[in-house]
Amino acid sequence: MAAGKGERSAGAGARRRAGRGGRGAPGRGVSLLVATRKGAWLFHGDVARRAWRVDGPHFHGHIVNHLVLDPRDGRTLLAAAKTGHLGPTVFRSADRGRTWTEAARPPAFAKAADGTGRAVDHTFWLTPGHASQPGVWYAGTSPQGLFRSDDGGVTWSPFSPVNEDPRYREWMGTVQDGTPDGPKLHSIIVDPRDPAHLYFAMSGGGVHESTDGGRTFAPLVKGLAVVEGFDPANVTFHDPHCVRLAPANPDRLYQQNHCGIYRIDRPSDEWVRIGAAMPKRVGDIGFPMVVHPRDADTAWVFPMDGSTVWPRTSPGGKPAAYVTRNAGRSWRRLDAGLPREQAWWTVKRQAMTADAGDPVGLYFGTTSGELWASRDEGARWRCIARHLPEIYAVEAVAAQ
Amino acid sequence: MNVMIPSPLLSYTGRTWVEASGDTVGAVLDDLDRRYPGIRFRMIDEQDRVRRHIRFFVNGEQVFDLAWPLAPDDELVIVQALSGG
Repeated sequence: MAAGKGERSAGAGARRRAGRGGRGAPGRGVSLLVATRKGAWLFHGDVARRAWRVDGPHFHGHIVNHLVLDPRDGRTLLAAAKTGHLGPTVFRSADRGRTWTEAARPPAFAKAADGTGRAVDHTFWLTPGHASQPGVWYAGTSPQGLFRSDDGGVTWSPFSPVNEDPRYREWMGTVQDGTPDGPKLHSIIVDPRDPAHLYFAMSGGGVHESTDGGRTFAPLVKGLAVVEGFDPANVTFHDPHCVRLAPANPDRLYQQNHCGIYRIDRPSDEWVRIGAAMPKRVGDIGFPMVVHPRDADTAWVFPMDGSTVWPRTSPGGKPAAYVTRNAGRSWRRLDAGLPREQAWWTVKRQAMTADAGDPVGLYFGTTSGELWASRDEGARWRCIARHLPEIYAVEAVAAQ
Repeated sequence: MNVMIPSPLLSYTGRTWVEASGDTVGAVLDDLDRRYPGIRFRMIDEQDRVRRHIRFFVNGEQVFDLAWPLAPDDELVIVQALSGG
């Protein structure tokens, strides 16, 4: 199976050396892991990030929600896959996609004695565990479930009580309360300083934190808005779209929510809406959230039209990324090279990412199957692939 | 008994007709999973419910119950219905 000059360079002191499977290291080139509605592709870039060689499709016809490289060994790939008609599974490659085997036990809920138990429709999100825990992976599913593997993705088990906890089940709502293709658990984050400090988010069902390795979780939703007319005190009504930790400051998280863009600086437990500074005609609704690998004040979003019936297209048919360089006090439009009009696609929550280059390379995949790249932190965009299926996820990793 | 595998699952078996044994539909699926690991979960979810687009026919008759009894000379045909785009 099968750069131009950046607007600003990060300080050398804050620079981290990318690991074997880091997000893409200068001097080695970048590979992009592209998950789509009809299979997965790998795009291998040259050192300059100008020329791209395509490898794929892998799992042609499968719905692949996430394709992720293990940064701890630089060679293990996991793919969350299903078809439209078969049950979900996870495929695993120990050689960067040359060969694949299926997980012996994919994520699945515990069987309920009374026949009312939930079934995983698809695995949506994959997160490698802490650097000190090789082989550990976390998975988020639809409907919302949190799973863990301790053997590199071969076998998976329900992780932590949240899957069956009555409070959490209430906050998860029903399938009808979720996103159009099912409610999801996503944005599983492991604090790089502490493997027992975890976050995850649910659409819907809010953001949650554990400080005891997942034995208990608690909501982290203070300060977040909900749709008008609903009670923000009820965790059920919170819909975080994408939460990202700032690698340069793990006490800072950014969030693109159904109701705006937010930042939180721990130990504060209150999110601050930083999307209010976005242009009113664009708004601060969207799916993806990307944070600079070395500068915790810099983050990117890709707004979509969340007005009226929620078209989920670029606002006005004019797509653009927006960047903040000051932790959300102001935003700047980045649309050079993107279509100027009549481009009615958008970017899903896992489909925008950054590499570790200097300047940072940015990448996003569209709902219309285009893959776009910027070698200069978004100052100029270039389409590097067209005519792919709808893109669900893009990850940037260091080339082998 | 002979079991017919639908094309979306041929990546597991490599051929359309395979041998499997068991005295119920569920037992035959368990045996298939021993021979072709992972194939059962693509058809049956973790609550032992048949997935939405999977159908079973025993000697030409559609059955919905995994406890449906089978004889050694029965023929089990697994069908995957298609829908969507």
